[in-house]
Amino acid sequence: MSAAPILGLCGDALDRLLPMHLWIGADGYVIRAGPTLTKMMGQGELRGQPAFELIMIRRPGMVDSLDGLRDLTGQRLGLILRHAPHLPLRGAAVALPDAAGVIVDLSLGLSFSRGVAEFGLTLNDFSPCDQTIELLYLHEANSATTALSQHLTARLQNARAEAQAQAMTDPLTGLANRRAMDAEINRALADHAHDFGLMQIDLDLFKRVNDSFGHAAGDAVLERVGHVLRHQLRLGDMAARVGGDEFIVLIRDCTEAEDLGRIATRLIAACEVPVSYRGQLCQISASIGIAAVTTYPHRPDLDQLLADADAALYSAKRAGRGRYAFHGSAPIVVNAAQPVTHRRRADDLPPGGFRRRQNDRVPRPD
Amino acid sequence: MHGMVNRALQGFLTATYGDEVWAEVRSQAGLSCDDFEAMLSYPDAMTSACFHAAAHVLHKDHGALLEDFGIWLVTERHLEPLRRLLRFSGAHFEDFLYALEDLDERGRLVLPELDLPRITVAQADGGRFVIDAAWSLPGVGAILTGCLRAMADDYGTLAFVSLGAIADNGNERLEVQLFDAAYSKGRRFELGQVRA
Repeated sequence: MSAAPILGLCGDALDRLLPMHLWIGADGYVIRAGPTLTKMMGQGELRGQPAFELIMIRRPGMVDSLDGLRDLTGQRLGLILRHAPHLPLRGAAVALPDAAGVIVDLSLGLSFSRGVAEFGLTLNDFSPCDQTIELLYLHEANSATTALSQHLTARLQNARAEAQAQAMTDPLTGLANRRAMDAEINRALADHAHDFGLMQIDLDLFKRVNDSFGHAAGDAVLERVGHVLRHQLRLGDMAARVGGDEFIVLIRDCTEAEDLGRIATRLIAACEVPVSYRGQLCQISASIGIAAVTTYPHRPDLDQLLADADAALYSAKRAGRGRYAFHGSAPIVVNAAQPVTHRRRADDLPPGGFRRRQNDRVPRPD
Repeated sequence: MHGMVNRALQGFLTATYGDEVWAEVRSQAGLSCDDFEAMLSYPDAMTSACFHAAAHVLHKDHGALLEDFGIWLVTERHLEPLRRLLRFSGAHFEDFLYALEDLDERGRLVLPELDLPRITVAQADGGRFVIDAAWSLPGVGAILTGCLRAMADDYGTLAFVSLGAIADNGNERLEVQLFDAAYSKGRRFELGQVRA
């Protein structure tokens, strides 16, 4: 059996194969250092310098002697250059025969990006077998494409926000939204040939449906209200959902209290029909505040009209649920014969803790 | 075609000839979108229509336009990241030429959908290289001619790049003759990017 051939490498070959190697002699002093490592150390010729004052082995344990390093042969080393301790490097050591010392080969490891920049390394400083350049390439390419992706996402989000802002309908109910309603009221106010009435509707007990049966049930109720408003109104009238459970209805050529009251009564009654959602009966009611342009000496502006309808709604709410009120008049109770039956909850109480018996009647003003 | 290519073409036309020209190209090519999005994909026919419309609108020879496009890809200041990525391929222009064979693989490494030309490089006698390129659209030879001329300048190499005939298999061929690898200083390239 012949002995395995022994490989002898001249220094230049070693430099080419392992440009980041450090050959430490048996006395712990540097015998040779690869050109890239020499460049990284930035202090010229390294030969003859005490090796463990240049590098520090930190993993698998702190090692500062040649014997200790020799014992780590074949292991994955974590180390630093003492003048650049913030850049953790990787390495492997091989003990040489005949007390010739130890060779340590280094790599930038995960510090590749900062390492290349801080040590001013070039393509020529790496062995063609070293993938550091490809890592750098990927690193840069990924940053560039990530920026493009973020750019695309940002643009799509802006476009979406813009589209939402331009939308005129409420996606859940299919009714108009606040923006469309405001525009329509302004148009109607500018058209002096036609008068109109305005209803501000707020659902009663809606919060209870949401809390007891969940938001999906609440959505089912809102959809039903949308359906009611679309079908109970004439073609030329307009209904909008303007908030969570708030609606506005514009009724054209209708300003008489009696007519508007009849419509309000009908709407409240229709809203009170229970909605079945997954076996649960969800029941709500509605309160309505009404304003009509004919009650003003001059055409009010949008804000005035909405504020007055809102004030009327507030007074209807204060008087208890399922009522409507005209701007400037007392609230009127609707369909007291078929009262909404439910257990009261504290959050359903009107401001100020107003209470009424369920069959209370509020006298209708003359 | 990957939106990166379309977006680059749009960038080239707007930067070089202005928004009106791009608007006219868009209209003649029958594009439905205002802008190409770099991270989306588009039908090849759309890209092709844009190249043809651009040559038509600008009254320019198709090949000359593609060559200008290739030069612009390397020299445009805003595309510095692209130039850097190209420079990663080799320390010298000659290395860079050989590394062209890795180009489509390098592209795929970053964007799996990116369809870059498949290139083969053969060295002939006396510093002469024969380069064959195949792509999903015709005209890659002209684009590559522009790119290589600009990259030779970038490396500071004196080289002569000429577009040859189209081979039977559809490959487009060009020839590069190297004269002086250290003709000028070229443009700086530092591996470690200096972050602002």
